[in-house]
Amino acid sequence: MSATLHHAGWVLRSNPVTAIAAAGMLVLLALGVFAPWVMPYNPIASDVAIALQAPSAAHWAGTDQLGRDIFSRLIAATRLDLAIAASAVGISFVAGAVIGSFCGYRGGRLDRAVGRVVDVLMAFPLFVLAMAMVAALGNRVENIVIATAVINLPFYIRFARAEVNVRRDAGWVEAARAGGEGHLSVVLRFLLPNILPSMAVQISLNLGWAILNAAGLSFLGLGVVAPTPEWGIMVAEGARFISAGQWWLVGFPGLALMLAVLCFNLLGDGLRDILDPRMRT
Amino acid sequence: MSAELLRIEDLHVSFSTRGGLVQAVRGVSLDVMAGATLGVVGESGSGKSVTAYAVTRLLDRAGRVTGGQILFRGRDITRASAGEMQGLRGDYIAMVFQNPRAALNPIRSIGRQLMDALAVGGDRSRAALRAAALELLHAVLIRDPKQRFDAFPHEMSGGMCQRVMIAMAIAREPALLIADEPTTGLDVTTQKTVMDLLARLTAERQMAMILITHDLGLAAQYCGEVAVMQQGEVVERAPAARLFRSPQHAYTRRLVAASPTPRSTVAELVGAPPSLPFVPPEQPSGTPALLEVQNLTKRYGDVLAVDDVSFSLRAGESLGLVGESGSGKSTISRLICRLIDSSGGDVLFRGEDIGGLPARDFHASRYRREIQIVFQDPHESLNPRFSAFDCIAHPARRLTGITDGAALRSLVEECADRVGLERGLLSRFPHQLSGGQKARVGIARAIAVKPRLLVLDEPTAALDVSVQAVILKLLDDLRRDEGLAYLFVSHDLNVVRMMCERTIVLRHGRIVEQGDSDALFANPGDDYTRQLLAAIPHFDPEAAGGYSRRVPRTRGS
Repeated sequence: MSATLHHAGWVLRSNPVTAIAAAGMLVLLALGVFAPWVMPYNPIASDVAIALQAPSAAHWAGTDQLGRDIFSRLIAATRLDLAIAASAVGISFVAGAVIGSFCGYRGGRLDRAVGRVVDVLMAFPLFVLAMAMVAALGNRVENIVIATAVINLPFYIRFARAEVNVRRDAGWVEAARAGGEGHLSVVLRFLLPNILPSMAVQISLNLGWAILNAAGLSFLGLGVVAPTPEWGIMVAEGARFISAGQWWLVGFPGLALMLAVLCFNLLGDGLRDILDPRMRT
Repeated sequence: MSAELLRIEDLHVSFSTRGGLVQAVRGVSLDVMAGATLGVVGESGSGKSVTAYAVTRLLDRAGRVTGGQILFRGRDITRASAGEMQGLRGDYIAMVFQNPRAALNPIRSIGRQLMDALAVGGDRSRAALRAAALELLHAVLIRDPKQRFDAFPHEMSGGMCQRVMIAMAIAREPALLIADEPTTGLDVTTQKTVMDLLARLTAERQMAMILITHDLGLAAQYCGEVAVMQQGEVVERAPAARLFRSPQHAYTRRLVAASPTPRSTVAELVGAPPSLPFVPPEQPSGTPALLEVQNLTKRYGDVLAVDDVSFSLRAGESLGLVGESGSGKSTISRLICRLIDSSGGDVLFRGEDIGGLPARDFHASRYRREIQIVFQDPHESLNPRFSAFDCIAHPARRLTGITDGAALRSLVEECADRVGLERGLLSRFPHQLSGGQKARVGIARAIAVKPRLLVLDEPTAALDVSVQAVILKLLDDLRRDEGLAYLFVSHDLNVVRMMCERTIVLRHGRIVEQGDSDALFANPGDDYTRQLLAAIPHFDPEAAGGYSRRVPRTRGS
């Protein structure tokens, strides 16, 4: 464990971009976890008397059309958006990695059948598919998670399948079988851990993309409903005021969204270096 | 006549790595006369390839010449501009690489690639280029050059690809040819044709050649002079015959001793006192053979990889399987380990039919523990995410039923001691271990479950000769102490002769010949066996006389 930490330290030191991305990530995570304690105001308490105020010392990011503190709402939204993205990616990663590895390992008819289903899924415009799912299942946060997970699934299946496929005939897999491991155990205990480093990159990139997806759905009025603070809704609501010069309503949530996605994307490569034991010398 | 072509003076090359600057070449001085052949011999990490890459200025970006000069016809290459270097490479210095398939462009036909090589710097017509390319293919002994002209690299065998590489290298009649392990990965008979070809072409065209190799025999046979490198330095340089007859430097002596010859014994390789000939323990009459293989067949599509193979192996006996690539020897070892299913025939272990159990379910069989395998590539056969300890402990926990942590630890440590692996190394990951250490982990893993039959699939093929010597000695001792039976798969006939009482020669999935190892090698009954024996390069003329035919020296020394 300490070796891993030591190695992580080395990767971060020699790669400042990863370090910055990791720091940004930590800040976002901390904001999400401690949201109820760090929010200066109640994010849904309106006070029309102070509506549409520009950023000031009292309200760092200004106030919206109902006089709610935008900074507090941003923090509350961080929590919600990260939770949606993490659970959606978590579901598609676990399901995709397991299905994909078994297909890649077994090959044959099962593999071809799953492959065709994946092809069909990927032939849909994915965002439209997600919209349709949320519309059909109902405007709820859980349904955003499910929809995002489903449209991500094909990528994980394909990825895991390809990664397992190239390792299927490796000497250490044969050695594991000579060592008495059954097929199930070979896939779960030997192959899956070995494809984790490259999947970590995928996960990180995917988290950013899932945040965008959730925000996009909410922006269109699907999923999260007002007055729940969420970046997508905030951008949608604030867009009306941009022509009047009240840029902070849309500017800050947009900025938060952009920074979060950027952090996840930049983190991807660094994460692979940290997780791959071969990079440790 | 013998003008100096290349002179390397006090060359230093460093690589910048995460651990700081690593000196790969430390003060190497060499010279090559026009038309001469120089062998550069050394084990991995000796800096022999780095020296060659420095001459052609093909070092990768982390590497840098930090001192010394490389004078080609009096001009310092280390100071030449990239443009000058471009002209120098190909026209005056050409290189033949280790892996011909990787060095050829996979999406261009070989004829086109040859024309490309010929076209650089000239303005010959397409017809003239084509004629010249065909002539080159003819020169490197490609049969039916006209038909082969449009073939792609993947349609050709490894040996043919290497001949095409050689054709490209000599296309512009360079004065110096650098061959970096040109035959590593090729079968011995193919190696012989490729090396004979190289020797003939360089002699005919008065090219100088630097042959970089780990194989002492190859260098002795094809080079006038040989330089031995160790850890970035040239430790000894002498005419080939003298170097191998009376090596001066301690390292050269060790290297020469560690190279298997037709007469050496396992003990001699490591300079140990001779051990008594091993006699497998007598079995009471009526005991079935440990392993009985009957009419074994394996079919892949239309190809018969294993064709009606039968043999038996007694407890404590060592049986060698030799053959070139495609002979089916690895397939047989996997069939016997029950990692794959056969298409026909029986595998009896202690009289019980284990061939009937599907390979899919064999992991749960009680015979799984008794039949173990050591794989060819020690690196590739260790899980990159397991420490050495886990690599050994995992199968032990599975197959011996030891679940108690302390008992497991002591078992693993005992096995590590047994194979000479320092206990401190057990916490390391495979990539942090050397080739020899990884080989030891692979062996420890197999013996930890106390098998009765150990299948060794080219266990030393990926190792340096001095490491191979130590591992062979270890395997030989293990067999004596534990009474293990070995099925020893190898392409190296000398190794098999030392390690096995009986040998089977395979070709195209069929048994060509089998019998007592010493008798078989002294008096081969089949032409194919004789060919194999003749193709092994030797540096020891006396020992080579032990075989029925001596390979003629291609170039005098």
